[in-house]
Amino acid sequence: MKENRKQQITYIILVSSILLLSLISLFTGVKEIAFSDILDMSDDQLLVFSISRFPRTAALILTGAGLSIAGFIMQQLTQNKFVSPTTAGSLEAAKLGILFSLLLIPTASTTNKMFFALLFTFAASLLFMLMVRRIRFRSTVFVPLIGIMFGGILNSIATFFAYKNNFLQNIQGWLMGDFSSVLQGQYETIYFILPVVIISYLYADQFTIAGMGESFAKNLGLSYLAIVNLGLFAVSLTVSVTIVTVGAIPFLGLIVPNIVSLTFGDNLRKTLPYTALIGAIFLLICDILGRILIFPFEIPIGLMVGIIGGILFFLLILKRNK
Amino acid sequence: MIKFQDISKKYGEKEVLKQISSSIPKGKITSLIGPNGAGKSTLLSIISRLLKQDEGNVTLMDRDISSIKNNEIAKQLSILKQSNNLDLKLTVKDLVSFGRFPYSKGRLTEADWEQVNRALDFSELKELENDYLDELSGGQRQRAFLSMIIAQDTEYVLLDEPLNNLDMKHSVKVMKTLRRLVDELGKTVIIVIHEINFAAQYSDHILAMKDGKIKYNEATNDVIECEKLKDIFGIEFDIIEKENKKICNYFNL
Repeated sequence: MKENRKQQITYIILVSSILLLSLISLFTGVKEIAFSDILDMSDDQLLVFSISRFPRTAALILTGAGLSIAGFIMQQLTQNKFVSPTTAGSLEAAKLGILFSLLLIPTASTTNKMFFALLFTFAASLLFMLMVRRIRFRSTVFVPLIGIMFGGILNSIATFFAYKNNFLQNIQGWLMGDFSSVLQGQYETIYFILPVVIISYLYADQFTIAGMGESFAKNLGLSYLAIVNLGLFAVSLTVSVTIVTVGAIPFLGLIVPNIVSLTFGDNLRKTLPYTALIGAIFLLICDILGRILIFPFEIPIGLMVGIIGGILFFLLILKRNK
Repeated sequence: MIKFQDISKKYGEKEVLKQISSSIPKGKITSLIGPNGAGKSTLLSIISRLLKQDEGNVTLMDRDISSIKNNEIAKQLSILKQSNNLDLKLTVKDLVSFGRFPYSKGRLTEADWEQVNRALDFSELKELENDYLDELSGGQRQRAFLSMIIAQDTEYVLLDEPLNNLDMKHSVKVMKTLRRLVDELGKTVIIVIHEINFAAQYSDHILAMKDGKIKYNEATNDVIECEKLKDIFGIEFDIIEKENKKICNYFNL
């Protein structure tokens, strides 16, 4: 009973923070739109609101929730708390995918790019899982190191082809997360994160069980490989969609799941809502601060996530060691 | 009834199991004993469909195990190996409730929760149910995994070295729980075990292996004999009998 009450209170706090932060996010920007104008917006204001402000806020919430869940699933499946899209080569694979989509279809649409990115990211995740399972020396630090090296190799392949085809300047920008370019008509692919969230919730128990190891999962009658593949597909879809629409947000998938895991545990069914909500809140805060601090300019979101997340993470580790 | 016939298994060039056949008696504790590399764990993995044999077949209740659905097997036979991920922050109750997965697919009914609570009571873990696994001692953790297997409520319970790294108190506790599983609930337990005295004290039947073959397959007291043990392990044994239970001394002969 007491546990339930605590849970309810946590939910209320998290949901109301999201609402509050969304409002702030909607009314922060160079174009002045005051909260009191909401019922009586000029055409101009309405345009800014629907073309830029709303898409930006929606993208922030979805990206924050999606990448955090993706990180959590990856950490469960690899049994390693330091694995995330940033440390498993997923970002670089997506970049390679976008590059190939542009090489093969010069007029590639966002959906084309996403499809290619998904293909490459999924293939890279499968390969990464294969490597992780083959490694005999399974130390906690070793696995993400392999992932980073793997990402480095993919990155150099991308650079090579980009250089050959005069795309080099172009590809530098893809991995820079940027929410200011999120505009109506260009960002809608981000809604692909919604089905991923639903899948993750439906299969939450399966992911947790798969995280306990292959023989453990098989003992409970689970098809281990099918679950791993489903998880990797969900992660790849999330990563590809975010890269194509907003660019890479480093560390988010590492920091949020670890914070949630330290405070609420690893039972995905229980913690998935927390992960999604906290991920969204975290990204909203980073984005709003980034927009306010050097107004009217913006601090890149990746930098904000790195700084704030790093400090939070450090505090948590210190607190835990006490 | 579990039967296996002409099971062979190679790891690369090395033959680990050489055409072995036998069956496991129902309603008893059977201990698989033998020196390192005898093939005990491999045999256990093959019986429990975790590992595919090169030749031969395993039957569970007269059906070939490879023809039974994974989820069906999970309701008949449970297997606990040592290789579980221990870093996860799950509560004991979360873990034990996973034992109901083959039945409920994660949506536990009232009856499932009853089974979970009974398993927690049976393994005397009720007061630890809300503790996280990574905060427990090795012995408590092992009992939590055992509790999950009990919640899984299968006819056959297979355990790979359940006493590994446990102190004496927890080893005895685990073995007593297994004994009660057989005596009170009528389950069939098969364990791979290294300490010969635990096998001698608690099991009904012993299957002794050496070099990928079955050496002896008899009632416990018939296997626990100086000559036979010397043949299996290659060291001297001295056997003391007390109240119809045998104790082996092999420490410094």
